[in-house]
Amino acid sequence: MSKTLIRGAKVLGGDPQDVLIDGAVVEAVGRNLPAEGAEVVEADGKVLLPGLVDLHTHLREPGREDSETVLTGTRAAASGGYTNVFAMANTFPVADTAGVVEQVWRLGQESGYCDVQPIGAVTVGLEGAKLAELGAMHESAAGVTVFSDDGKCVHDAVIMRRALEYVKAFGGVVAQHAQEPRLTEGAQMNEGVVSAELGLGGWPAVAEESVIARDVLLAEHVGSRVHICHLSTAGSVEIVRWAKSRGIDVTAEVTPHHLLLTDELVRSYNPVYKVNPPLRTERDVMALREALADGTIDIVATDHAPHPHEDKDCEWAAAAMGMVGLETALSVVQETMVDTGLLDWAGVADRMSFKPAQIGQATGHGRPVSAGEPANLTLVESAYRGQVDPAGFASRSRNTPYEGRELPGRVTHTWLRGKATLVDGKLT
Amino acid sequence: MQRHLISAADLTRDDAVLILDTAEEMARVADRPIKKLPTLRGRTVVNLFFEDSTRTRISFEAAEKRLSADVINFTAKGSSVSKGESLKDTAQTLEAMGVDAVVIRHGASGAPYRLATSGWIDAAVVNAGDGTHQHPTQALLDAFTVRRRLVGRDTGLGKDLDGRRITLVGDILHSRVARSNVDLLHTLGAEVTLVAPPTLLPVGVETWPCEVSYDLDSTLPKSDAVMLLRVQRERMNAAFFPTEREYSRRYGLDGDRMAKMPDHAVVMHPGPMVRGMEITAEVADSDRCTAVEQVTNGVSIRMAVLYLLLGGNEPAVSHARTTEEK
Amino acid sequence: MDKHHTAHDGGQQGAPSEARPVLEGPDIARVLTRIAHEIVERAKGADDVVLLGIPTRGVFLARRLADKLEQITERTMPVGSLDITMYRDDLRMHPPRALARTDIPGDGIDGRLVVLVDDVLFSGRTIRAALDSLNDIGRPRAVQLAVLVDRGHRELPIRADYVGKNLPTSLRETVKVQLAEEDGRDTVLLGAKPAAPGAHP
Repeated sequence: MSKTLIRGAKVLGGDPQDVLIDGAVVEAVGRNLPAEGAEVVEADGKVLLPGLVDLHTHLREPGREDSETVLTGTRAAASGGYTNVFAMANTFPVADTAGVVEQVWRLGQESGYCDVQPIGAVTVGLEGAKLAELGAMHESAAGVTVFSDDGKCVHDAVIMRRALEYVKAFGGVVAQHAQEPRLTEGAQMNEGVVSAELGLGGWPAVAEESVIARDVLLAEHVGSRVHICHLSTAGSVEIVRWAKSRGIDVTAEVTPHHLLLTDELVRSYNPVYKVNPPLRTERDVMALREALADGTIDIVATDHAPHPHEDKDCEWAAAAMGMVGLETALSVVQETMVDTGLLDWAGVADRMSFKPAQIGQATGHGRPVSAGEPANLTLVESAYRGQVDPAGFASRSRNTPYEGRELPGRVTHTWLRGKATLVDGKLT
Repeated sequence: MQRHLISAADLTRDDAVLILDTAEEMARVADRPIKKLPTLRGRTVVNLFFEDSTRTRISFEAAEKRLSADVINFTAKGSSVSKGESLKDTAQTLEAMGVDAVVIRHGASGAPYRLATSGWIDAAVVNAGDGTHQHPTQALLDAFTVRRRLVGRDTGLGKDLDGRRITLVGDILHSRVARSNVDLLHTLGAEVTLVAPPTLLPVGVETWPCEVSYDLDSTLPKSDAVMLLRVQRERMNAAFFPTEREYSRRYGLDGDRMAKMPDHAVVMHPGPMVRGMEITAEVADSDRCTAVEQVTNGVSIRMAVLYLLLGGNEPAVSHARTTEEK
Repeated sequence: MDKHHTAHDGGQQGAPSEARPVLEGPDIARVLTRIAHEIVERAKGADDVVLLGIPTRGVFLARRLADKLEQITERTMPVGSLDITMYRDDLRMHPPRALARTDIPGDGIDGRLVVLVDDVLFSGRTIRAALDSLNDIGRPRAVQLAVLVDRGHRELPIRADYVGKNLPTSLRETVKVQLAEEDGRDTVLLGAKPAAPGAHP
């Protein structure tokens, strides 16, 4: 196997060190490591992180290959510094059987850019009525451990209770998309000052918070653990903080866009800002950043949601919800958390690699950068600043809210088990 | 350079007064034997209606024809064209036929704004009502009606509505008319009060430039004009209020309530009225009710808007919000 | 808005300080009296005359003429205004302007002798627009034109029936009429057009 020497990298933001990769594993970390027989990558002060892990990605295959495929999605992931992504179940057909999750898993294996761990649906067809065969999906080749109806809320309290209980048998976790359906009928954006003015259907914070409150209490009652997807309000933060203080086994994620953008952007009626959950207020953004910094929110997950151009090039109400995020996530986290002093790079490694791998039980990912560990690594040029140009995306879709925005940091190299998937910003 | 009218909030006080003054002159054309002006000769205006609204369309059509514009009516009713692709494609198809202006009514809030700012078409865009967002020409004709009644037809020229107390009653939450009126009446110096059951007021209304009350009876004696908004019966099913009877008992305007208004105060309604719901027949048919006048004034206002947006080589109305986008 | 704020109609704007008066207050009063007498004479008593002034200053002149005609004929003289903005042939060349009042006297103009009144006759385009506008309002027996100043340079086959003063001008000159009702004093000023920006120094 080939050797690679990464020279002078700030491992997790620390003092520059050399990292020697031999085959699929990190052979040594230290100063002045020998370069003989190794391809040398001059890190030159760049930050070296463990390969990022995204617990919330929509790869769209099968069914919506016009917006993304497993191949294009994993290429986008590698571009963004990810070595493992969890693929959401809302495909066509829905990933609610062992057959579909195995298909997605195999496509991921074939792509070679990034490990793909399928998420199984909680209920058949995401319809919230009947449990999907959770055990069969777990026992399949895909080895599903995370279950979610994401895109839809498991709103029936009994079904949610049963799911939380049932997955205990094999150590699974249910990831809830918290959205009370009746309170969000016809909802188009965050309910508040801006929605009142724009005349767009309001999406109240309470629709998210009430479901989170119910689910943490259910998790406590049945002694299970629950994961909250894309938490978006200050009130949700308070509930999760309370639940954790009470010892409830809850974890939560926040998306990069909810750390940066607010509902003021909707004034443009540009559907590129249309997303579920909706962009909230400045106060929410600040609360989410604080919660990510203090650990109330455990991880950053992209909710990468590709859509074809025509689904966004229309009036707001007709547009699809969602934003692509894999290729900009780290930049947004640097902008909102690192450059603001809220989180150091070790903290970023924790929120974007260690913890998500832990929640998703991803073996071989989210490991420390030290000798003997799998060589899943990401090299970040943190001093860089530049405008986001969607034309350069590896994703099949371009629905980014950051077009033309200046953001810091760029991923220059990604290694998946020692194999470079991204070199000098270019996919291999 | 923008040539659109998307939101009443985009109009400055001077813009609004210019439109009202121009409409007063336009109104006089209706008294002539030949109710037509050559002003927009050779210009093509399309009335692009994705929502059924015969009265608004006819009003625009009359205004366009009185200004000698060539008029194309496109009514795309129903769900087959409610998809987003259709708005863009339809607009581009029409523009390819050489349209100078698009008057658009659409069920989706923001659709006219998208049409004006997305680079889909070059034509001027006039918002004839979008979702629950805005209906600027309705607000203008309401302001015109109030000014005529309370300030005077000739004495009102050049004047705004400084200090006039105007009360809007009804389904504020779902009303584009209410949003446009709050913006415009405030710009014109009026003191606006919204009266509705709390369920029919939007979250965030506290930031609007107006007062809010749940009590109609205490507001009536302090109103120079009371504008009733239509309350759709289907709202009842979504639990916005318990029954039609209860609504009209608490928020409907009947003769007894009208008597609590000052003698000079008028009753307004943008139509269509739901008699027995927000207004009784007695009030609707009284001299104090301006509903029919509002329809007449609508044509004059729309003539004024079309003239000021399309009559010259550039618009005579400034547009803060849409201009900033460019 | 003043219809004269265009190159076509007299170019009054920015009259330079060296503009010199060609008619003063008493002259204006005298020529209006003369025009009133001419109207009575030519219209054989002026009993079916309707005076329509073209805003802004034509309206004031029409009212002054009406006063004088009433003194002469001892009858009420119908006077109104005719805004020609919407009939202009150069609408598309400028931003739309605010409209002035069109005010037709109660008995209308059908079968009447309409005398259009304006301050300066120049290209003739304003009068062309006024004739079009009249067409939409009724059918006068005849239409005549009275102007305070005729400065020449016609671009259309139009002439005035009553002229206060024929003022031969070059196109580089401006004619500015000021009337007490609008400007605080009565005078007609002849000046030079300010040099176009970017012209040779």
